[in-house]
Amino acid sequence: MTEMNSKPQGYWQHLVIDWSADKEAFKVNWGKVMMWVFLVSDTFIFSLFLIGYMNVRISATEAWPLTSEVFALVVGGEHIPLLLIAIMTFILITSSGTMAMAVNTAYQGNKNATFWLMIATAALGFGFVGMQAYEWSKLIVEEGIRPWGNPLGAAQFGSTFFMITGFHGLHVTGGVIYLTVVAIKVKLGHYDKKGFQIVEITGLYWHFVDLVWVFIFAFFYLW
Amino acid sequence: MTHIAIADQEPELHHPRTFIGKYIWSQDHKVIAIQYACTAIFVGLVALMLSVVMRLQLGFPDQFDFINPNMYLQFVTMHGMIMVIYLLTALLLGGFGNYLIPLMVGTRDMVFPYLNMLSFWFYFLSVLVLLASFFAPGGPTGAGWTLYPPQSILEGTPGSGWGIVLMLASLAIFIIAFTMGGLNYVSTILQARTRGMTLMRMPLTIWGIFTATILGLFAFPALLVSAIMMLFDSVLGTSFFMPAIVSLGEATDYEGGSPILFQHLFWFFGHPEVYIVALPAFGMVSDVLSVHARKNIFGYRMMVWAIVIIGGLSFVVWAHHMYVSGMNPYFGFFFATTTLIIAVPTAIKVYNWVLTLWQGNIHLTVPMLFAIGFIFTFTHGGLSGLFLGNVVIDLPLSDTFFVVAHFHMVMGVSPIMVLFAAIYHWFPLVTGKQLNTRLGMIHFWGTFLGTYAIYLPMHYIGFLGVPRRYYALGDTSFIPDSAHALNANITIAVIIVALFQLIFIINLFWTIKREPKSRINPWDAASLEWHTPDVPPRHGNWGKELPTVHRWAYDYSVPGVVDDFIPQHVPDSDVTYEPGYDRTATGREST
Ligand code: HEM
Ligand SMILES: [Cu+2]
Repeated sequence: MTEMNSKPQGYWQHLVIDWSADKEAFKVNWGKVMMWVFLVSDTFIFSLFLIGYMNVRISATEAWPLTSEVFALVVGGEHIPLLLIAIMTFILITSSGTMAMAVNTAYQGNKNATFWLMIATAALGFGFVGMQAYEWSKLIVEEGIRPWGNPLGAAQFGSTFFMITGFHGLHVTGGVIYLTVVAIKVKLGHYDKKGFQIVEITGLYWHFVDLVWVFIFAFFYLW
Repeated sequence: MTHIAIADQEPELHHPRTFIGKYIWSQDHKVIAIQYACTAIFVGLVALMLSVVMRLQLGFPDQFDFINPNMYLQFVTMHGMIMVIYLLTALLLGGFGNYLIPLMVGTRDMVFPYLNMLSFWFYFLSVLVLLASFFAPGGPTGAGWTLYPPQSILEGTPGSGWGIVLMLASLAIFIIAFTMGGLNYVSTILQARTRGMTLMRMPLTIWGIFTATILGLFAFPALLVSAIMMLFDSVLGTSFFMPAIVSLGEATDYEGGSPILFQHLFWFFGHPEVYIVALPAFGMVSDVLSVHARKNIFGYRMMVWAIVIIGGLSFVVWAHHMYVSGMNPYFGFFFATTTLIIAVPTAIKVYNWVLTLWQGNIHLTVPMLFAIGFIFTFTHGGLSGLFLGNVVIDLPLSDTFFVVAHFHMVMGVSPIMVLFAAIYHWFPLVTGKQLNTRLGMIHFWGTFLGTYAIYLPMHYIGFLGVPRRYYALGDTSFIPDSAHALNANITIAVIIVALFQLIFIINLFWTIKREPKSRINPWDAASLEWHTPDVPPRHGNWGKELPTVHRWAYDYSVPGVVDDFIPQHVPDSDVTYEPGYDRTATGREST
């Protein structure tokens, strides 16, 4: 390493030296690197699910149901397209905000605020899952949509919808549990010595799950 | 935000005291590695037995009535899947990755030992689920290791009920296991190296394992996604991959799915998988060659970049497995081009291995023999791959024994050669004993020559048009008379090769029971893993302090230096030079 420092250095050389330094390639704690790598891997899963969805949507032999009608909510006798989903998306994005605040307070050492902000995030996530369950039950009970069949048109509509939103919902549910556990451990003082990076790591996961939702939203509800 | 280095702030390792904590639910990377290795070798032997049964049928059709057509297909499938995933991937990454990473980069363990332990137990579970399918109603799936729908879940294929479901479930569990292990390997290599261990001082073994793990983390998702979709198709009746189709004379309920989508997903995983197996093997063979030729590896930087570039390119060649599936010809052109481009860094690696041997002080030890054997088998497999990469040549050869011979040379035998080299090479580190050389020599020559006896004729019968995955050929008049005995010859060679593997197993047990302790670091290797305070290394690997690294792992026969090699942790000030040697003249200072 020392001999490297004696060479003339530009920005790129600095970058190379940063990455090839001993001990650590990135100046962050290993947990964060591990979470990042996991998220990239998970990105591949979701991308492939979505590409698969696009593919079967194109190859489906029957018509795709009209999304603005399937996903509409009836309020006072009016069909309002995308209302439920707008609320769900709003809730999830709000939860990203509370999560960011939790990370901030954690690094300030304010354990109480962190605890409550994380619990609030988890509660919003829980609300999201609840509304998703409601939407599923509406599709299943009222519209008669099943993974294997669909009175409104292509069977693949139900298959992809339940599979992908289900997989995302599992991620949110897992995130709610993860947030709650970390929040409680913060409160109990488990991280007082180790530092509070764990809150940020949890946050990374949570923001990722939100971001994925934006894509699912765009591909399922707006296409 | 302030940042604290890992190794220094890491709390004391907890040393387990119970038997279960030490050897069963152990979090020590070395114990986990051995658990991985033993499980993988065990299923590997099962897969070997299956191939012997398959060969009996092919070599002597109508002689063995305990093999029926369904069983043949089931054995082909299980053999292929076990070999690729549950033996090679698990042994190279779960076994050698686990053992070598912390020792070679100089840490006390993986960064997240608990997850590492879970990784093994998930792998173990996936193996149990896989083997359970042998006892399930209808037996294991016979769909071929590629599991192509629609046939994999339609009734005509053996194991289309329980078999395929268990297979997919087992794969999903394996992927979870791999992810837990893989996250550890990557994070440990990136963030937990010891002082002085820069990325460009890491042994090539670590580079190979590192790149392969990244490939796995990005490629296994495709297998997971296709497994989930196929599970739904077969259990819930969805139509992701299933078009409207008539099965056994009856129309099914499927409609509008895309079987080609599965092939794309599968090979988006499947091709990188080839390199998940190959890259760790490339790395380990480089190190073995360098140690036993007492010469530094030729073109270290080139070797690193070749590994990384091969890894990157391996994601854009997948459709060369689908030339016969029906694709836009321009796609075929694109994928043929990328495929041939991969040959460039690969060829560089082969040249560098040969140049490492060039004028080296070659010790023909057992690991070295296997490593040199690898150069042969890999070159042969790679050359036939160049042919198959071209659309017009692949079309007639696809699904013949030529393909079987090709991929066995390149990704079957070659990694196995390296695995044997690695086992013979690192056995003294793991157990403190050196495997018996005489038995090792017998094992090597039997395996190496036997391999050629099996696979060279296989290329030829493939060229003649003998199809793969066939229980029996029926009319054989298209094969010239002179070639009729070949299939029987191959089978006899297989039986002999299988018996030679028994010698290896016996050698393992014999050595552990009977051989005396060997010298520490018997091959005089310079890399860090051989320089732990205790051999075999104890829990925590290093004594009070982590080692500091001062050089790369390849300082063998350094000009002017008295010792034959300089271990990585020896500072320049401790190196003894020959009297009167002018150090400044060589410009060696800046390695
Ligand atoms: C002595 C060792 C081996 C023998 C004799 C052997 C023999 C065979 C035979 C006879 C087939 C079936 C060909 C057909 O009917 O289509 C086959 C398929 C296969 N083998 Fe091996 N094999 C051996 C080792 C390996 C290894 C180490 C690997 C690891 C990559 C491997 C991977 C495969 C794969 C992927 C298939 C294709 C399965 C399929 O068609 O679905 N084999 N092998
Ligand atoms: Cu390929």
